[in-house]
Amino acid sequence: MTTAAATAGERTAKAKPATMAQALGRALRDSMAQDPTVHVLGEDVGTLGGVFRITDGLAKEFGEDRCTDTPLAEAGILGAAVGMAMYGLRPVVEMQFDAFAYPAFEQLISHVAKMRNRTAGAMPLPITVRVPYGGGIGGVEHHSDSSEAYYMATPGLHVVTPATVEDAYGLLRASIASDDPVVFLEPKRLYWSKSDWSPDAPVAVEPIGRAVVRRPGRSATLITYGPSLPVCMEAAEAAVEEGWDLEVVDLRSLVPFDDETVAASVRRTGRAVVVHESSGFGGPGGEIAARVTERCFHHLEAPVLRVAGFDIPYPPPMQEKHHLPGVDRVLDAVARLQWEAES
Amino acid sequence: MTVQELPGAAAYRPTPPPAWKPLTDPAPLLPDPEPYRVLGTDAVADADPELLLRLYAELVRGRRYNAQATALTKQGRLAVYPSSTGQEACEIAAALVLEERDWLFPSYRDTLAAVARGLDPVEALTLLRGDRHTGYDPREHRIAPLCTPLATQLPHAVGLAHAARLQGDDVVALAMVGDGGTSEGDFHEALNFAAVWRAPVVFLVQNNGFAISVPLAKQTAAPSLAHKAVGYGMPGRLVDGNDAAAVHQVLGEAVARARSGGGPTLVEAVTYRMDAHTNADDATRYRVDSEVEAWRAHDPIQLLERELTGRGLLGDDGIEEARVAAERMAAALRDRMNADPVLDPMDLFAHVYAEQTTQLREQAARLRVELDAEQDQHGHDDVEEGR
Repeated sequence: MTTAAATAGERTAKAKPATMAQALGRALRDSMAQDPTVHVLGEDVGTLGGVFRITDGLAKEFGEDRCTDTPLAEAGILGAAVGMAMYGLRPVVEMQFDAFAYPAFEQLISHVAKMRNRTAGAMPLPITVRVPYGGGIGGVEHHSDSSEAYYMATPGLHVVTPATVEDAYGLLRASIASDDPVVFLEPKRLYWSKSDWSPDAPVAVEPIGRAVVRRPGRSATLITYGPSLPVCMEAAEAAVEEGWDLEVVDLRSLVPFDDETVAASVRRTGRAVVVHESSGFGGPGGEIAARVTERCFHHLEAPVLRVAGFDIPYPPPMQEKHHLPGVDRVLDAVARLQWEAES
Repeated sequence: MTVQELPGAAAYRPTPPPAWKPLTDPAPLLPDPEPYRVLGTDAVADADPELLLRLYAELVRGRRYNAQATALTKQGRLAVYPSSTGQEACEIAAALVLEERDWLFPSYRDTLAAVARGLDPVEALTLLRGDRHTGYDPREHRIAPLCTPLATQLPHAVGLAHAARLQGDDVVALAMVGDGGTSEGDFHEALNFAAVWRAPVVFLVQNNGFAISVPLAKQTAAPSLAHKAVGYGMPGRLVDGNDAAAVHQVLGEAVARARSGGGPTLVEAVTYRMDAHTNADDATRYRVDSEVEAWRAHDPIQLLERELTGRGLLGDDGIEEARVAAERMAAALRDRMNADPVLDPMDLFAHVYAEQTTQLREQAARLRVELDAEQDQHGHDDVEEGR
């Protein structure tokens, strides 16, 4: 016992902040080490270690047969992964950027999402599709899309997105271990966010599908995920001065959706704002607002509001700051929650 | 200003680009200009008589299956049926050339190949009947689900073959696609992956002349579909798709090559779809009778029957025997397809995820209530009508 405590103490002393990118890489490495059927494939994932270096070192450690540089063809990458999964492997596919995944949509929608259903459960496909998504990194067009609504609208897929270093590790482990296909959305502007998390420390690998309250509060709930979590946390701190005690819920999983945690929070606070950076129209916020309204109507003091990206194609990087919901836009929405019926 | 005018230009020598040469001599990859034939040529002397007889029996059975399935659409027992009449030689050869451990990746028209591989004829029709998407366990039969989107199953075949090889298994995947499917992006990506990975895959293109109504000339400008292989670095083979012996031989060689580590092959079988695209299509709008009649004279069953009877391997008794066996199969299929499938609506929610989400559990409960109400209503009606 004392030894264990001492070791833990040493670790804390030596702990060096880890980034989300490192946590993701570690999750891949640990999954591959634990399960020989886990294979990583994609463009540039081998020798280069991925353009974001998430897969750095995997080809060296596990060989090119398990971390494979493929031809540049997203439909081919995901289509080949389907066949590999049919033969009993557990492929983890990297789509280099959000908008580069679109050529693979037919494979994802027509095959990956449906194979279990088509075969009445005889042939599940345990495929993880890693998609770096979202803006805020100064990327030129086709490098900053938030494509979660497309994936959410497809039954058969799980859609997961971490917002913290710890969740990046835990949720990726859970996704790879899942017998269902998972679209794992990586908020690329948080790749370099840090925490004292260490892979040597015990890690809770949460089951997919549970939201978490990141900040308890009483006066309203901010419902968010992925890249918008830090924005909401900052807004919640800033709102204290205005007399608002905001609760922040991090969804972590968009499919399945944790109605329970979200509804419990809104029933406590009576007010809710959904915050995400993908476009609002037809976006996740509409679905979430509807679900909250259906469950919490009698508890609501105001309509559920949405703070989302504008309904425009992702803007050029010099303009993206106007598009991305920031702290002020969230606080404006919170102010509007002091709802009074129009006479 | 030219390079020479620059200060110090005398010393400047541009580095020539590294010498480039093709990695592969394309000549052996190119198909012969004429489709390969066995029946009616000297090559038939090497053909195994037992194989030819087996092919014959299967072709006769296959044609009867197509006719029976088409008849079932008229009786409302099948939602739709894409007949492969005229293409039976391709279907049967694809099934017979594979070992039990190999995998078949059929398209929606390839029901016959799946049945010839041993699949229950009724299970093979569940997609087209509309009661289930795939009526069989793909792993049990090593037959992927019949694929409706065009060419999207080809990358699956590549991935599976690649995975098998990584596991040290000498498994071959044979993937079937039509002439229209060769225009799809997935066709290109699959062939490219297969060649780069040297995956043990055989691609069989059944060129039946039309993609629904669009003729081959409007589909491609390539000299032949088999020629496409050379661009990927794999051999292309052109074969008479109505010559069962030739298709079996060419596919057999391609499978053997794949199994021994030689990589993928693209086989184009030139054939003709005698029926319309499906029972719902009107082929008279896009093709003329004289063309259909010309192909009727090159019928795959007749070609083989002529060869076998000419050599005294098949007599009237044998022909009758094959016909009777086919009739028996058709009668059994008819009987079984006339029985109404018993479906459980709750199955709609059973196989979306490994574990049902809360959302699906709620929706399943709602359907349960509707079903129970329906049941109560029926019971009530029965009482009212004095039953």
